[in-house]
Amino acid sequence: MYMRIVALMLAAIVGVPLVLVAYSYLVEKLISRIRPNIQKRLRPWFWIIPAFLLLLIFLIYPVVNTFILSFKNADSSKFVGIKNYIYVFTNHTMLIAMRNNLLWLIIFTSFTVTLGLLIAVLTDRVKYESVAKAFIFMPMAISFVAAGVIWKFMYEYRPKGTPQIGTLNAVLTGLIPGFKPKAWLFDPSINNFALIMVGIWMWTGFCMVILSAGLKGIPDSILEAARIDGAGEWRIFWRIIIPLMKSTITVVATTMVINVLKVFDIVYVMTNGNLNTEVIANRMYKEMFSFRNFGRASAIATILLIAITPVMLINIKRFGQKSG
Amino acid sequence: MGNILMNKANKRGSIVNYIRKGPLHLIILVICALWFLPTFGLLVSSFRPPNLIMTTGWWKSFKTPFTFTLANYKNVLTAGNMARSFFNSLIIAIPSTVMPIMIAAFAAYAFSWMKFPGRDALFLVLIGLLVVPIQMTLIPVLRLFNRLHLTGTFLGIWLAHTAYGLPFAVYLLRNFIGELPGSLFESAFLDGANHFDIFFRLVLPTSMPAISSLATFQFLWVWNDLLVALIYLGGTPRVAPMTVTISNLVNSYGGGWELLTAAAFISMFLPIVLFFSLQRYFVRGILAGSIKG
Repeated sequence: MYMRIVALMLAAIVGVPLVLVAYSYLVEKLISRIRPNIQKRLRPWFWIIPAFLLLLIFLIYPVVNTFILSFKNADSSKFVGIKNYIYVFTNHTMLIAMRNNLLWLIIFTSFTVTLGLLIAVLTDRVKYESVAKAFIFMPMAISFVAAGVIWKFMYEYRPKGTPQIGTLNAVLTGLIPGFKPKAWLFDPSINNFALIMVGIWMWTGFCMVILSAGLKGIPDSILEAARIDGAGEWRIFWRIIIPLMKSTITVVATTMVINVLKVFDIVYVMTNGNLNTEVIANRMYKEMFSFRNFGRASAIATILLIAITPVMLINIKRFGQKSG
Repeated sequence: MGNILMNKANKRGSIVNYIRKGPLHLIILVICALWFLPTFGLLVSSFRPPNLIMTTGWWKSFKTPFTFTLANYKNVLTAGNMARSFFNSLIIAIPSTVMPIMIAAFAAYAFSWMKFPGRDALFLVLIGLLVVPIQMTLIPVLRLFNRLHLTGTFLGIWLAHTAYGLPFAVYLLRNFIGELPGSLFESAFLDGANHFDIFFRLVLPTSMPAISSLATFQFLWVWNDLLVALIYLGGTPRVAPMTVTISNLVNSYGGGWELLTAAAFISMFLPIVLFFSLQRYFVRGILAGSIKG
């Protein structure tokens, strides 16, 4: 078994780059034999073809195909009109999933952006800024699966009277006399918030990094001038920092919104969407894998794409302006 | 003038300042502690014997007598599929990092330094693809893989991760390669170099800062990915990466905390080491790519 692993690793580390280098070498050798003016027209295509072939097969064609499949039945054998979309917007679990995504959208986005900004502004004033930021940022490096395990352990529940092994219940029962330990992931009135908390823990660092860079971009002279004019820190924050960072905040918030729409791993690992914690992306996975209903799964995916389309158009427009 | 006065004032009042800043330090300290606590609890627990994990809180383990053990790690690496999965994660993540970067660098070079019809339009398509949800591609690609017998193979998942990573990689590298000075290339061409030479001798070496950012980013993305592996590897234990194996462990064991904590930490170890040694590149990648979803 280990021989095979070593062989695969070698193939992966040495073989793959070698194939790619060989490709570009051969292309350049072949193309240099053609007449120069044709050469010039042909060459760019050889350099972008590997990328665009992959994008065509794995992204462009599937997007079109999924859109068509969303109007077909479970095994894609015949067209059913908008039946799948009617299902998506009337089915009870789907409606709960959409409600939860909305809950995620509001709570997750506002907390990650606000906390990120707060921490960026606070750490900007101390010497150990980079160390402090590393603590907040570290969860970005680990997987949602590992984060799921970490927080499942945080939320672990033992009945009242027995020693709590979950940190959250232990702290709360210790601090608040008479506090009844909660089954954070099983109680439908709080489990969505418990999941969103994990997301906030993971993504606040991301917001902080971008907002912190934006903050550093504000010229010191402006802040200094305001201070000399007698403006307090609070006033400077609301009247100068926030307005100047508006576009950065918008970018960060947009990224968080996209994250929310696609949120999957946390829910899959921690509750698998049970007990009213379903989200759209997990539902899509279930329709696809557990129920083998490709029509419905495609309709759900299409809804996700439509929800993200405005962001896509804004990006395209923004970039078109920049280069044009 | 004002600056000089303020600096003097700062120096004189540094102790006063420090005390005045007390609440600020306290708030930052509390936030950092809160953020670190969950990971720390997991780490400590992974070294505790199973019977203690299940009966007392991890913070109790700092009282004497200390009872820490490596048994959980030994168990999870031998009994579970975890050792195998660790290597699978590596086998998946390394080519899935190298391939998109090289292929994207080819494309980025053409996009920045060659003229061809439809160049700008193609690039806008690429920008649009940046935010397409992967969910939108799963069914057709899975069907294609089934037909080509690529489901459950490393080759299949390499290709998938490469393609999914490409829009961001091309976008980031084009921004960087496009900024390189044109004079750099002109003199090389005059010396008789062809595009192959220029790409490998000039473009790739000078783009190393961007490539390092991208590599850190893509490697962590693939290493931490669950969805793509779940779909295209179809839960075959032989090829499953750590994320898939651990999520199976979560669902089947429920309470087997001694294995789960150790397994989770094994999966976090490499990303955390990478993160702390390459933090600069990671942050730069995030800043450059804040357009991506």
